[in-house]
Amino acid sequence: MRKLALSDEILMTIEKPARYIGGEVNAVMKEKEAVDIRFAMCFPDVYEIGMSHLGIQILYDMFNQREDIWCERVYSPWMDLHKVMKEKQIPLFTLESQEPVKNFDWLGITIQYEMCYTNILQILDLAQIPFEAVNRTKEHPFVIGGGPCAYNPEPLADYFDMFYIGEGETQYFRLMDLYKEWKVSGASREDFLKQAAQIPGIYVPSLYEVNYKEDGTINTMQPNCPEAPEKIKKQMVLDVTDTFYPEKPVVPYIKATQDRVVLEIQRGCIRGCRFCQAGMLYRPTRERDLEMLKKSAYAMLKNTGHEEISLSSLSSSDYSQLGELVNFLIDEFGSKNINISLPSLRIDAFSLDVMSKVQDIRKSSLTFAPEAGSQRLRDVINKGLTEEVILEGAGQAFEGGWSRVKLYFMLGLPTETEEDMKGIAWLAEKIAKRYYEVPKEQRHGKCQITVSTSFFVPKPFTPFQWAKMCTKEEFLHRAYVVNHEIKDQLNRKSIKYNWHEADVTVLEGILARGDRKVGAAIRRAYEKGCLYDSWNEFFHNDLWLEAFEECGLDIDFYTTRERALDEVFPWDFIDIGVSRAFLEREWKHAHEEKVTKNCRQGCSGCGAAVFGGGVCYEHQN
Amino acid sequence: MNIRIKFRKYGCLKFIGHLDVMRYFQKAMRRAEIDICFSEGFSPHMIMSFAAPLGVGLTSEGEYVDIAVKESLSSKEAVQRLNAVMAEGIDVVSWRLLPDTSKNAMSIVAAADYEVRFREGYEPEDGWKDRFQEFLALSEIQILKETKRGHQEVDIRPWIYDCHLEGDVIIMQVSTGSVHNLKPELLMKSFGDWAGIEIPPFALLVHRKEIYADLGNEHKRKLVTLEALGEEIG
Repeated sequence: MRKLALSDEILMTIEKPARYIGGEVNAVMKEKEAVDIRFAMCFPDVYEIGMSHLGIQILYDMFNQREDIWCERVYSPWMDLHKVMKEKQIPLFTLESQEPVKNFDWLGITIQYEMCYTNILQILDLAQIPFEAVNRTKEHPFVIGGGPCAYNPEPLADYFDMFYIGEGETQYFRLMDLYKEWKVSGASREDFLKQAAQIPGIYVPSLYEVNYKEDGTINTMQPNCPEAPEKIKKQMVLDVTDTFYPEKPVVPYIKATQDRVVLEIQRGCIRGCRFCQAGMLYRPTRERDLEMLKKSAYAMLKNTGHEEISLSSLSSSDYSQLGELVNFLIDEFGSKNINISLPSLRIDAFSLDVMSKVQDIRKSSLTFAPEAGSQRLRDVINKGLTEEVILEGAGQAFEGGWSRVKLYFMLGLPTETEEDMKGIAWLAEKIAKRYYEVPKEQRHGKCQITVSTSFFVPKPFTPFQWAKMCTKEEFLHRAYVVNHEIKDQLNRKSIKYNWHEADVTVLEGILARGDRKVGAAIRRAYEKGCLYDSWNEFFHNDLWLEAFEECGLDIDFYTTRERALDEVFPWDFIDIGVSRAFLEREWKHAHEEKVTKNCRQGCSGCGAAVFGGGVCYEHQN
Repeated sequence: MNIRIKFRKYGCLKFIGHLDVMRYFQKAMRRAEIDICFSEGFSPHMIMSFAAPLGVGLTSEGEYVDIAVKESLSSKEAVQRLNAVMAEGIDVVSWRLLPDTSKNAMSIVAAADYEVRFREGYEPEDGWKDRFQEFLALSEIQILKETKRGHQEVDIRPWIYDCHLEGDVIIMQVSTGSVHNLKPELLMKSFGDWAGIEIPPFALLVHRKEIYADLGNEHKRKLVTLEALGEEIG
């Protein structure tokens, strides 16, 4: 029987001990003596969140296919266990072997959102690994970061030995082979870092020097040794069918956020919304083959026993064989009482028909994400959803029996005026009106429209990377305008309005476009007790403000300042394929309220064609 | 067809609570491709009911879950098929066909056997065993039991059907289920209170051995294991 790292006494006094015991169905166990590389794969958030992440499942499966590597999982201990581990000096351990992470060869951390940065420091702290990469020795694992936030790794540069820029399926094995050679060679840690830097997509921050101008912006960022390339090229899987995809995902004992089989149908998005980072980072769009998806669905349902399957992608309606896939799932699994969960599809006759087959219409709701309240602003952000389309879709749905609608918007978008804000309320009102046009006998009581707004955060590698961000007060004022206008509508009783916290948005904005200097404040905040910042109940804005102040950092420099077109950004050394020239063109088009075609309507020359595949070459075969 | 499954729960799985064990079995049924019946309605669920929830931290070799199936494999095959998809910490012991007239496991639970021992380093001072014998000789054991309307004094002695020591292990058979549910921890606490021996949290290791139904009458108990109410399918 496996021995656990934590005693019964500890496990019986903390919440959900199952978070820490491992041993789940499909967890991979190996003989530690029989492997050459021990890799600890970490999602720096609580188990139920981390276990729901597809990327880690893919890499876990991929690494463990190799006999010489044992990849294990580690998540952030919850607040209760955090205190116990600090107090008793219990080193952070992996779930499978229950052994200390500090004894591993590698610690890989996926960086999915900015608000997990203090959790990353918690992982290092509890693992008893020095925070700063430069203070680590041959006794310590190499700490490598990946995921979307690695596309601006600079705020975390001091804490990682290296970052992997791009999709993990492509270069990790090469990195591992290099590591095996180094491990027996007796060469220094620095030697390995220099060798690793030569693998495409690997960024070793300690091999780069950053110089700043007097105004605080970057003057130059350059390699300090010949081994480090000037530009790091994003790594990408061109053929997303013939690649790694887990057939036996781990099945948690406790209910994870995603307690279902997840079928990733494609990567990338053809749409080009100007605020959307994922839409630029993962270009070009690549579809998985329908037959592969069918086989995966079978295998994963069989091996996990999950009672639900969900499709995953940035925009499922754009998957060219969606109809076939969805009908297959319904025919094949519907009779086995397996729920089919469809991500926010574009609302039209097809999706309404499918949804009526897989959901209880009275209980489910329709989701629209117009993102902006007016057509003018939707043109600015290049969101190709028109009021006509929304009202048409909603009308069809209401006639089909639906009565609940969810609407998602952003506030604080570039060029936003009071008209645009009020437009949110007007659109909700029009939808409500449309509902009451349906004959009374066909309606199911009142309609319920839920309007949610988040606040816009400019992200690297988007056309809005130059944009100024609102202050907390400006954000809250905007939410107030919307709220007030909704209260003025005839159907106000059918409309519910929620808005996001503003403090945490400002912090997200600093970290998203931050530079190396920001790293000190993250550490300071962690030392002051900041942790689980994405959890409302644990977010301490005051401590963060103190941390920035003590580190001599001006928040406005990172948030409300509009960047000059020729400013050197901290993330400029990364080449995602999409060119800076294209992003700049899009930034201009935004101001001209000019819409750009999606990738299937016509190529806009973003630069992603350089990868030689995906949607860019769809019609050339 | 109604099937009664007996299983063991041990090792790390003692930290998995009852609701999660239910979810675990639902997924295990699908992995093993058991031809289980579902309820009617828009969101059908598996027809499955557990005999008596086991508290977090306890282990057991006598847990039961009843299911309804459309068709059954032989008992041997079914046990093998389920065990092939189980995680370490839950093993299926038997698969038995219930008579059509049988009541569900939950409603007939009347008693359970437990083994209780002190965790290493938590043993009370010498002499506790003598005190325990004296405690068991009492004709009544009054305790304050929490009820919905505050506290109520009850005599738990009649609910202790058997209790004795074997070496350092306390063996007990106690009333369980919906009528009178006596938990071993409560029995031990009342001993501690009576003897003036402090039994700190985590001191006890509790292991359930078996669960029984009562086929007797008001005057005489006739305890039969839940397993014995079904028969092997050849």
